[in-house]
Amino acid sequence: MDIHINGQSVKVDAEGDTPLLWVIRDELNYTGTKFGCGMALCGACTVHVDGQPVRSCSYPLKAAAGKKITTIEGMNDNITAAVQKAWVANNVPQCGYCQSGQVMSAVALLREKKKPSDADIDNALGGHICRCGTYQRIRAAIHQAAKDLV
Amino acid sequence: MRSPYFILVSLLLCGPALLAQDDKAKSVALFQESLKVFRHPRCMNCHPAGENPTQGQNMHPHLMNVKRGPDDHGATALKCSACHGVENNKHSNVPGAPKWALAPKSMAWQNTSDGELCKRLKDSKRTHMDMQQFIKHNAEDELVAWGWNPGGGREPVPGTQKQFGEFIAAWVASGAHCP
Repeated sequence: MDIHINGQSVKVDAEGDTPLLWVIRDELNYTGTKFGCGMALCGACTVHVDGQPVRSCSYPLKAAAGKKITTIEGMNDNITAAVQKAWVANNVPQCGYCQSGQVMSAVALLREKKKPSDADIDNALGGHICRCGTYQRIRAAIHQAAKDLV
Repeated sequence: MRSPYFILVSLLLCGPALLAQDDKAKSVALFQESLKVFRHPRCMNCHPAGENPTQGQNMHPHLMNVKRGPDDHGATALKCSACHGVENNKHSNVPGAPKWALAPKSMAWQNTSDGELCKRLKDSKRTHMDMQQFIKHNAEDELVAWGWNPGGGREPVPGTQKQFGEFIAAWVASGAHCP
C-alpha cells in the first residue's frame, strides 16, 4: 500500500496489521523513531499522524492510509527548531533513547498551546517514560522553547 | 445458554406466578439486573466522575496519568487516539473501538448510587438522548459494543449486546422505574 511519510508518498510491502513502527524502522529506515515497549506504554515510538502524536507500535499500517505520517526526521518547522535549540541549551538528553518521542509530543503541545503551564506539559508528556529521569530538564526546555517562540 | 438477566426478564414479564408483583417493583428489578452491565469495569472505567479514567478489572487509575481533557478525548498532545485505535490491537494488546473517548462528565457513573445512576440514564439533559435513542444506543452503538468484545484477555460484560438492548427496552417499557 501507499503511505505518505515525511512529505513523500512511498509504497510499502507489509500486512495491514503490521505495526507502523516496524515499517518506519525496518522498511523505510527512519531509525530516529525508537522501539521501547511495543505496548504503547513508554512513548519512545511516537510519531505524528495528521499532526497528532501517536504510538506507532500500536498503530496498524492499514490505519495510515490517507494520513500524513511524520517521524522525527521529517520535523522541520520553526517550533521544532525552537525545541531542538532548547533541548541542546538545557542539555536535556542523558542516554537519549526516549528523546525522539519526547520531542514529538513537545512540538505537538507547543503547536496548540503557545505558553503551556507545568500541568499542560505533565499531561501532554505523561505517556513518555525516561529511565534517566530527565523530566525536569524536559519541562525547562519546553518552557524555554515557548519563550523563544514569542 | 440464556443469560441470567434474560431468564429474569422472561420470568418477570411472562411468569404468571410472579404477576402479583407490582409493576414498579418489576421495573426496579429489571434495572437492578441491568447493573451487571452498567457497573462492569469495561463500562465504568470510561465513565469517571473526575478528570482521570480508570482501567483494568480493579479499576485502578489509568496509567500515564491520562486526563479527560477539554473535549473528553484526552489532554493536548496526549489524546486517547495516541494509543487507542478503532479496533483492539493484537500486537500491543491496547484496546480499541470507534469513537474511543471518555463519557462526558454529565454521564459520570463512578461514585454514584444505583438510584442516582438510574436517574442520570433517564435524564435527557445529561444523555442528550430520548429513551428510544437510549435503547438504540445500548443495543447498537459500536463503542458500547466493545464491552462484549474487549479482547486481550479482558473479561467481557455479561450476555450479548442484542440481549442487553432487549433488556433495556423491557425496562423502558415497564416504566423505567429507579431504585
